[in-house]
Amino acid sequence: MTPDDVMIIVIAGLLSTSCAVLGGFLVLRGQALLPDAVSHAVLPGIVLIFLLTGERASLWTVVGATAFGVLCVLGTDWLRRSGVVESDAALALVFPALFSLGILGISRFASGAHIDLDSAIYGDLTFAPLRTMSLFGADVPRSLVITAVATVAVVALVVVLWRPLQAASFDPAFAELAGLRGRLIGQVLLVAVAGLAVVAFDSVGAILVITFFVVPASTARLLTARLGPMLVVAAGCGWVASMAGHGVAVSLDTSIPGTIGLTSGVLFVLALLLAPRRGLLARRRAPT
Amino acid sequence: MTADARFPAEADNDTADARFPAEAEERTADARFPAEAAHDTADASDTRFHSEAPDMTEPALRLEGMSASYGGRPVLTGVDVEIPAGVLSAVVGPNGAGKSTMVKAALGLVPSVRGTVRWLGRPLRRVRKRVAYVPQSDAVAKDFPITAVQVVEMGRYPHRGWLRRLTAEDDECVAAAMQQVGVTELADRPIDELSGGQRQRVFLARALAQRADLIVLDEPFTAVDARTEAALLEILTGLCRDGVSVIAVHHDLRDVRDRFDHAVLLAGTVVAAGAPADVLTPEHLERAYGMAPLAAR
Repeated sequence: MTPDDVMIIVIAGLLSTSCAVLGGFLVLRGQALLPDAVSHAVLPGIVLIFLLTGERASLWTVVGATAFGVLCVLGTDWLRRSGVVESDAALALVFPALFSLGILGISRFASGAHIDLDSAIYGDLTFAPLRTMSLFGADVPRSLVITAVATVAVVALVVVLWRPLQAASFDPAFAELAGLRGRLIGQVLLVAVAGLAVVAFDSVGAILVITFFVVPASTARLLTARLGPMLVVAAGCGWVASMAGHGVAVSLDTSIPGTIGLTSGVLFVLALLLAPRRGLLARRRAPT
Repeated sequence: MTADARFPAEADNDTADARFPAEAEERTADARFPAEAAHDTADASDTRFHSEAPDMTEPALRLEGMSASYGGRPVLTGVDVEIPAGVLSAVVGPNGAGKSTMVKAALGLVPSVRGTVRWLGRPLRRVRKRVAYVPQSDAVAKDFPITAVQVVEMGRYPHRGWLRRLTAEDDECVAAAMQQVGVTELADRPIDELSGGQRQRVFLARALAQRADLIVLDEPFTAVDARTEAALLEILTGLCRDGVSVIAVHHDLRDVRDRFDHAVLLAGTVVAAGAPADVLTPEHLERAYGMAPLAAR
């Protein structure tokens, strides 16, 4: 394995960790499709920054994309709480509108921009080690820095907000009454998801973002009975999928994010069949 | 400036008194525990479960001109009612009468609410720690990865906030609460493996662990067998003897007449409130239900 291979695995593993931790809460709160919506809704932000600065991959791009991701999640949340439309319909109303706005922006103002659709859909994890930035005099891959910072921030956020996040996901009324600010914390979670989805989008593309958020967390739910262990196991599943997926991709010479997504899915199917208490086989053996 | 410096007169009193400096000065031993004085129980000091003397001079809940709506549809209008402290009180009425809405609105869980709400004589935000809520059984995520003891520990969160560690005292409260409702053996069971009755006991244990002065329950007996219901009612009655106020949304009128001290009959607004025998009269029930329900005849 070359150093570049190790780098790719580490980036994918870190991304899996942060996505799995936030994804665990999303799965439990019934908001699993949110990262998918965000990863589409960010497009107008990317286009807007391009039009303003001529840059396609600057820090400003991340800021612009995150702004539209946040707009998507908070807009959805507001629509849903207004009680006018159902929760999933609210999501379906907001993110296609923003995605369309992005498409319109590209075709009207930025058709010469060469905003690479392939990399927007599939990400460019494979080439991540090649795009470096200078950090304390050393050249390090940009994705590694961004992903590492995002992962540390996400883990810190979840540790600090553990009680309100747990309580608000389990029993929203209690979280509110206990003075834990459950509603506010729910919105903080959504904003964090929007930011992380932008980071993930950069590495694995719009389609596979959802895989990283949802699949390891769902696998872990089958294997655990408490929230803390669930999130740890979810992160572990993400690392296993990153390593195995990378190995498969190299030996078959194919897309790395794709094989990571696929191995993640295989792990889920194994857990679904074999999980000791909640797996299909265990349930068949001991019908309740 | 510390709390002690601000109230020098109370500085050597216990913390419960320091929170109510105005009343602390003129309290005699009896006046501090009016609930026990009134009931004249033989052994008042040992059975007390909650942590501080509740303020019995104020009603448990007072609503003035409250109205609430869901999605633009008015559910409650012009609710004026007082529920006394230290008693087992029921909120009754037909389906859609606004029973759950009334307590949820008073607890700030319904967005559009008008009117004045006073819990124990104060706005909710000032008595959060003293008010515990047991939600309707379908309002919580039943497949959440959490064990029974973790649910009960949540009862200590109002006292510890986001970050402070649970102390030995918290552990004691949790253990005592689980013991009291008989779920000690279920401590490490995930809640999705519990029966409806077991789960309801666990949620009551969470409210007990909070050591609140007032417990609000929303339809606590819906997913529960008769034996559990009797056991839970027994516990709630015991709490009232100790000076805790209990408000339960309930639909079994016979139960309310036999076991509760106070009732509020709702049908979009308050039809009647007071002693169950005075509230659940044929005329009132006919006004609330359109016709007297079978159980009340």
